[in-house]
Amino acid sequence: MKTIVAFFSGLIFALGLGLSGMTRPQVVKGFLDLGPQWNWSLLGVMAGAIGVHGIAFRWSRRAPSPILGPRFDFPTKSVIDGRLFLGAMLFGIGWGWTGICPGPGLVGVASGQQEFLLFVGAMIIGMKVFQLFSRRFL
Amino acid sequence: MDAVAGGALIGLAASLLLVANGKIAGVSGILGGTLSAQRGEFWWRLSFLTGLIFGGFILQVFAPEVLRVAGPALPWDYIAGGLLVGIGTLLGNGCTSGHGVCGISRFSPRSLVATCTFIAFGVVSSKIFDWFHGPL
Repeated sequence: MKTIVAFFSGLIFALGLGLSGMTRPQVVKGFLDLGPQWNWSLLGVMAGAIGVHGIAFRWSRRAPSPILGPRFDFPTKSVIDGRLFLGAMLFGIGWGWTGICPGPGLVGVASGQQEFLLFVGAMIIGMKVFQLFSRRFL
Repeated sequence: MDAVAGGALIGLAASLLLVANGKIAGVSGILGGTLSAQRGEFWWRLSFLTGLIFGGFILQVFAPEVLRVAGPALPWDYIAGGLLVGIGTLLGNGCTSGHGVCGISRFSPRSLVATCTFIAFGVVSSKIFDWFHGPL
């Protein structure tokens, strides 16, 4: 059941990204460019998403457990350190360069376009390299 | 308006995962988790990613224009960008969905700092890209 819910969550997520235009790298870059024809949609998407999800989060604060699971897996880290800053910085550079972040990248794979395939392939390699590196050195 | 409605749909998807399963809908964390086998946490993650890509197929059939990429970027740009996004999101524990949507919904200071950081560097990076390739 939890697996089925996860599937539909991913599916709705993808449709939301498509409807909002976030699956088009040129829309995201139109936001980040801050140019004369500034595209504010990314802010609208975040406002819509946070508005709805904020309600669910408030519900989860009062609920003893999720409907199907034993507990809520909220992130436990709260420290703001160099690792967080460096990670967000590297992510921001890659995101601003291509206009693609992980969600839209994976959704775009379905289009079969080279741009999305190269991005997602490289992202997976980057993650794997990081995991092998961090297991040894971090 | 489509932006806000699409955002609300994203919020709904993340809420479904939180309310039913108790999990955070952070795409980079979910993808990274499937790459490093953690017992009991693999199948829901793979299922979420399958749903995401299946949603992409639905878009490709009914609204293929929303998946069309345009712009002067070359293959190397996507490879370099993908590598940075892969490393950066795992190092910083999140991307636009995990920090930007789920984290800010929880008023997490960590996520707020991360989101401001990646947007700021996204703006700078996008500007430098324009100098290299010409604006869109």
